Amino acid sequence: MTDERLIFEGSAPGRRGASLPGDDVPPEITLSDLEPELCRPGTEMLPELSELDVVRHYTRLSQWNFSIATNFYPLGSCTMKYNPIVNEWAARLPGFAGIHPMWPAPLVQGALALCVELEAMLAEVSGMDAVTLTPAAGAQGEFVGIKMIRAHHVRAGRARRKVLIPASAHGTNPATSALCGYDVVEIPVGSDGLVHLGDVAPQVDDDVAAIMITNPNTLGLFEPEIGAIAKAVHEKGGLVYIDGANMNALCGISRPGDIGADVLHINLHKTFSTPHGGGGPGAGPVCVKKILEPYLPVPRVHRAEGGFELSEDQPHSIGRVRTFQGNFGMLVRAFTYMSALGGDGITRMSERAVLNANYLRERLRGTLAIAQDQPCLHECVFTDQAFAGTGVKTLDIAKRLLDFGFHSPTIYFPLVVAGALMIEPTETESRETLDAFVAVMQTIVAEAASDPERLTGAPYRTRVRRLDETRAARKPVLRWRPGTGTDGESD
Amino acid sequence: MDFTPHTEADLAEMLAAMGLSRTADLFEHIPADLRLNRPLDIAPGLCEPDLRARVAAIASRNRAETLSFVGAGAYQHFVPAAVDALASRSEFATAYTPYQPEVSQGTLQAIFEFQTVSAILLGTEIANASMYDGASAAAEAVLMALRLGAREERRTVYLARSLHPAVRQTIATYASDLEGVVLREIPFGADGRLDLVSLQEEGIPACIVAGHPNFFGVVEDLRVASSWARARGALLVSVTLEPLALGWLTPPGALGADIAVAEGQGLGLPVAWGGPGVGLFGTREKFLRAMPGRLVGETVDMEGRRAFCLTLSTREQHIRREKATSNICTNHSLCALAFTICVSLLGPRGLQDLARINARKLRYAVGKMRESGLSEVFSGPTFNESVLRGPGAAERWEKLLRRGIVAGLPLGRWYPELGDAILLCATDAHRRTDVDRLASEWSAANAGRA
Amino acid sequence: MEFPEELKYTRDHEWVSIEGDVATVGITDHAQHELGDVVFVELPAVGDKVEKAEAFGVVESTKAVSDVFAPIGGEVAEVNDGLPDSPELLNEDPYGDGWMVKIKLAGALDGADLMTASEYRAYLEESVGS
Repeated sequence: MTDERLIFEGSAPGRRGASLPGDDVPPEITLSDLEPELCRPGTEMLPELSELDVVRHYTRLSQWNFSIATNFYPLGSCTMKYNPIVNEWAARLPGFAGIHPMWPAPLVQGALALCVELEAMLAEVSGMDAVTLTPAAGAQGEFVGIKMIRAHHVRAGRARRKVLIPASAHGTNPATSALCGYDVVEIPVGSDGLVHLGDVAPQVDDDVAAIMITNPNTLGLFEPEIGAIAKAVHEKGGLVYIDGANMNALCGISRPGDIGADVLHINLHKTFSTPHGGGGPGAGPVCVKKILEPYLPVPRVHRAEGGFELSEDQPHSIGRVRTFQGNFGMLVRAFTYMSALGGDGITRMSERAVLNANYLRERLRGTLAIAQDQPCLHECVFTDQAFAGTGVKTLDIAKRLLDFGFHSPTIYFPLVVAGALMIEPTETESRETLDAFVAVMQTIVAEAASDPERLTGAPYRTRVRRLDETRAARKPVLRWRPGTGTDGESD
Repeated sequence: MDFTPHTEADLAEMLAAMGLSRTADLFEHIPADLRLNRPLDIAPGLCEPDLRARVAAIASRNRAETLSFVGAGAYQHFVPAAVDALASRSEFATAYTPYQPEVSQGTLQAIFEFQTVSAILLGTEIANASMYDGASAAAEAVLMALRLGAREERRTVYLARSLHPAVRQTIATYASDLEGVVLREIPFGADGRLDLVSLQEEGIPACIVAGHPNFFGVVEDLRVASSWARARGALLVSVTLEPLALGWLTPPGALGADIAVAEGQGLGLPVAWGGPGVGLFGTREKFLRAMPGRLVGETVDMEGRRAFCLTLSTREQHIRREKATSNICTNHSLCALAFTICVSLLGPRGLQDLARINARKLRYAVGKMRESGLSEVFSGPTFNESVLRGPGAAERWEKLLRRGIVAGLPLGRWYPELGDAILLCATDAHRRTDVDRLASEWSAANAGRA
Repeated sequence: MEFPEELKYTRDHEWVSIEGDVATVGITDHAQHELGDVVFVELPAVGDKVEKAEAFGVVESTKAVSDVFAPIGGEVAEVNDGLPDSPELLNEDPYGDGWMVKIKLAGALDGADLMTASEYRAYLEESVGS
């Protein structure tokens, strides 16, 4: 199998890949008078290819990708569940794909109604009062959430200076807080992997704007003290942000809004099945309690004569965070999914996600060391203890899994667990797949003891083997340039 | 519909393996007062045929067939059928972020190609793996300029008033909690271009942000903005919401833009009520470490094969945490792929020809609308959008709407002095007969009464 | 792990060598080992004033990033110009060619919290463990 050239490397002058619409306006129509220096497009370096060239290139590239459609991803915290194909059908309906974001409301009542229904379903699942579907991703949802918290405090007289964040949190939490002008105070996590009121209370004063907490936490454990912690923060006028990345564990079981959340974001590309696309697009709706509703970003959907309309009439809104109203194509997919499952199906989704994770925890007991041996929710974290002393690291285990056709789990996260492997099967995997995964893990861990060098050199059966990532960072090559040597042939 | 595969036998055996008897046992450890003790108040699930009927009914309440002449940041262009067929392949669509490069070379190479295409079109040395959209990319560009200017205490940001209102609003939201940052508007002149002469300067500038073309469809002479910025030690940020314009115009990087951003939707993505789109972000190589977003780099594997991987992640949130350049965690990878495929199919000739078709279509439309009583507001050169005004324009626009035509975008909402003006867009998606119909309906709307 | 006897060490894993009123500063063998392959180094400019315990530079590897703190206060007299182009020097020769800056001391040396090689070794053992 030869390497695939870059599209630029297969270019042949004069080749055309597209059949353009005709130019049907009279020939005497001339272009705007533009200074010559301003109309010299920089397109010469773009490749000239036939349609077949392009089809073959991207079809071949696709075949080098691992995907949910090909195999199992045990990636903790990512919720790599099946992406239903009926969602793709829905998003491509001309009634959804062909509408312009700035059309007047009477032309888009379907889109508006879909948003209203989706907001209602998300509010019900999260136990909150109001929703914005605008944020493009979980990280942007966090940004919106913290900004709203800040706006609330400013309006009350003082922005406050600090946000409390557990040491086990995902990196977006402190990054978002810093982006919004807050200082981060790290809360230690107990040896049991949980956040304790005893560690939070001393840090809570009237300069704390909020606490950002993930439930279940990044070890897959339900935070039993979360109610008390929320109360302590509220008592000093602070607000509670719950990171909803792990919602797949709790739909229909427990609602963040019922346990003290003032604001949370949900990742539609995790819990609600929209595809990851190799890194995006996703969507990160934010749900709030009434106290934060005035600050939601614009535009929002309101009832109007004859149906619904988009409105920017929100005097205390934090403003716009993007050009238009949301990643509508992803909203259509999530709406289709939630409608397909219904209330009963959504609850069953979480129940089975937790069932699968605990089943794996049980079956892997004895093979891997569990970080916290207690009932987990939708994911479970293991340490590197089982192969300590062999010279094999978590990374090597992760790479060797690729040889057996599985994707690696999440590794080295959360930071509070040494050599962490975080495994989240999701509810769409069958028992056979889970059993096969367990068998492979047993083989690999045994290999660590008997033949460690085999692991440190893995993977062997993938298209490329371990990459020199140091070189990629020391001497960054971030684009093709004409005249650069390689034609992509190996060796 | 149910996507879980568990049979009754599976459930029984799995629970038994865990020493449990019911699924509910899995949640026993959650304190009772933190549990939801009722079913979710959401309608029951649907079988596939009913689901499709329901969703299709909602879609049919959108009037997608409406004849529309609105651009304003979202553009209807010809997209070859192969684009969606390739980009929608499950191997691309259902893949995770390429953190394990050995099994993600498809995504990684495609994004490397996207970074190259972005840099070429923007005329910059480097470009990242994409951002959410044009407006958020512009906001991130401003944040980057502020970071670069922090040492010299540059805190003033000049925004062209001729930038898309949503872009200005988004920048304002992103900058609102940053200490000492001042946003100032640059007025526009009779030509629709930046009026830097009338500008009241204040503070030390970090950057100046201008459209290319701007919201009015007018093509700026970015060289003027570039000299102005350079003389003050500030950066020039350009924003291109109509990517097809880059098939006709000199790239912003070549005109002096230090950071160039764009919205890529117009080349390969459906209009889809505004999302998802894709933000292009390019800059100078020397600013690499201040640039937000993901990056794909070229390297070799242990056997010397060329390969690609995510790189320079230490700028990103998952490592730098509170010192990150941004909190952005995703790129719009699948949209970036569709953009790259579309540009690959069009090629340089196709892009230029398609751009020309658009520019001539707009000129034809302007001519026809002039016959119907409207005049161009700005004297500056335009691409495929222009601002037209005439007495009673707002009322006539309403009448045409009732007749199933969206005759451009009335501007009074954002520019009070343009209350009698509309922003008209004409593209390759319009046939000449569509434009003729627009013009004759506009004339007829005047002749009649209400 | 090497910790030359003639140097002093800080809790943030920098080393210092003082001759007269000029202090040469770098990161220790332990620090470079923890970071992994260094890919990027950010150094201050000559003439910059630094305060004791203030960050004066940044060291990045593929998986981590770390501020480098000034063990003493003063003015940057010299920086290792070769380092930005060859960040691997920090891994290969942290005490020699991998030196980062030379700082001219501002006033008397406040060496109270500088450790000897054996004190630093003991510090590592108790804080980092096996």
